[in-house]
Amino acid sequence: MSPAHRIIPCLDTEGGRVVKGINFVGLRDAGSPTQLAERYNAEGADEVAVLDIAASREERPTFLETIRNVAEKLAIPLTAGGGIRSLEDARSVIGAGADKVTVNSAAVVRPALLAELAHEFGSQAVVLAIDAKREPLEGDEPSGDHWDVLIRGGHQSAHLDAIEWARKGVAMGAGEILITSVDRDGTRSGFDVELTSAIARAVSVPVIASGGAKIPQHFVEIFDAGGADAALAASIFHDGVQPIRQLKEFLAQQGIEVRLRC
Amino acid sequence: MKIALLDYGAGNVASVERALHRLGAESNRAAFPSDLANANRIILPGVGHFAALIRALDERRLREPLMTAIRRGIPFLGICLGLQALYERSEEAPGLAGLAIFAGEVRALPSNVKLPHMGWNRIRVSRRSELLHGLSEQDYFYFAHTFAATESSSEVVATCDHGAQFTVVLQKENIFGVQFHPEKSGAAGARVLRNFLRLAA
Repeated sequence: MSPAHRIIPCLDTEGGRVVKGINFVGLRDAGSPTQLAERYNAEGADEVAVLDIAASREERPTFLETIRNVAEKLAIPLTAGGGIRSLEDARSVIGAGADKVTVNSAAVVRPALLAELAHEFGSQAVVLAIDAKREPLEGDEPSGDHWDVLIRGGHQSAHLDAIEWARKGVAMGAGEILITSVDRDGTRSGFDVELTSAIARAVSVPVIASGGAKIPQHFVEIFDAGGADAALAASIFHDGVQPIRQLKEFLAQQGIEVRLRC
Repeated sequence: MKIALLDYGAGNVASVERALHRLGAESNRAAFPSDLANANRIILPGVGHFAALIRALDERRLREPLMTAIRRGIPFLGICLGLQALYERSEEAPGLAGLAIFAGEVRALPSNVKLPHMGWNRIRVSRRSELLHGLSEQDYFYFAHTFAATESSSEVVATCDHGAQFTVVLQKENIFGVQFHPEKSGAAGARVLRNFLRLAA
C-alpha cells in the first residue's frame, strides 16, 4: 500500500509569468501561472510546484501574489520556492498558500535553516532542492563520476557532493529531496536515473526527480530504475506535448501505481 | 450554517478555508473561546508538531470551549494533526495531554519505510460512515505525516498501511477525524468535506 507515484508539473515563474529555459538559460514565456495551475488541477496532477526563477527581493511581492492566485485554483498540494533565505521568507510563502517550501542555495550557505524550517512547519513542509552536475572524479578513482552541487541558479559550484548533501539535509530536517540534474534539464533526453537512484538509496525521505523528461517511457524509467517517489517536469506539460492524464494512463498500463481517479 | 475553523496560529487553516469556499460554504476563523459558542460545525485543521497544537489550544483557552461544543453534539472534524489531537497523548510530545476523546497514543510510523509518509494513498474501509458516503476504496487521498494512530478500535472507520496499519478515518457519534488532508485531496477530499457539511447538526 505504498503511496502512488506522483506527477508534479512545475511552474518556473518570473515577474508573474511562467517561463521556460534550457540548461538554466534562455528563458521564454510559457503562460499564466493561474491558468496552468487550474488546468493541471483538472488534468490529474498530484501536486504543483511554483519556483521563482528570478528569486530577487524586488520581485518577492509579485511571487507571493502568484502563489496566492495559484493556491486559489488548487485542490492538491502546492510546493513553492526560489529565493527562500530565511524563516521569514518561508513564512510568507506558506502564508500565501504553499503547503511546502523548497530551499536550495540558502541551505547550502547555512544548513541550520533546514532545522529551523522543520521546527516551525514540520519536516513534511521542507523540501531540499539540489541542483546536481556530473563531474569526473579527479585522479585514478575507479568508482567513476560523482555529482557536484550547484547553487545560485546553477551558476556556481558549492563544492559539495550531492549524495552527501542530500543525506545531511535530511538529517537537518528536510522531509523530501527534489533532485534536479543540471546536465539533463531542458534537454528532453530523459531523467538522470543513476543520480536519482543514488539519492533515493542514500536517504529515508521521498525523492522527487527533475530534469530531462520528455516521453512517458522516461517516467517509467525514473520510477522503476530510478526509485523516485515523484517526477517533476515543466515545459512538456505547459505546451500540451504530454497531457498528464495520458501519461498516468500509460504508467498504469506499465504496472506503475498512479492516482487515476481524481 | 456557522462553521468555525479553529485558528491556533499554525496549520493549514487557509487551505481548508479555500476548500470550503469552493464548496460554496463560508467559515469563520475561531481564535477565541467565544467564537465556538454558537458554531454548528467545528473543524480543527492541523499540520506540524503535536506540541504546537496542544500548547496553542491551552494558551488560548480553547480546550474547554471546544470540549463543551463537542459535547453539545455538533459535528466536529479533526484533520491530520487535528485527528491526532483527539487521542490521549502523542509520542511526538510525551508530556502533553491530548483531548482524550479517543483512548490510546499516537506513535511514529516505523522507520523501515520512507518518512514522512507523503503522497496519495488508497484506504481500506472497515465500516460505514456518512463521512465517506459516495467514496470507495478506489479513491486516493493525500497524506503528509510521520506520526499516526496505530491501535485498532471499534471507532476506526478506515485504515491505511505505511510501515504499519494506521487509522485514517475515525468516528464516534458526532466526532470525526481524518489523517489525510481532504482540503488537498482533489475531488475525493472535496467529497469528504461536503459529506461533513451535510451531516445533521
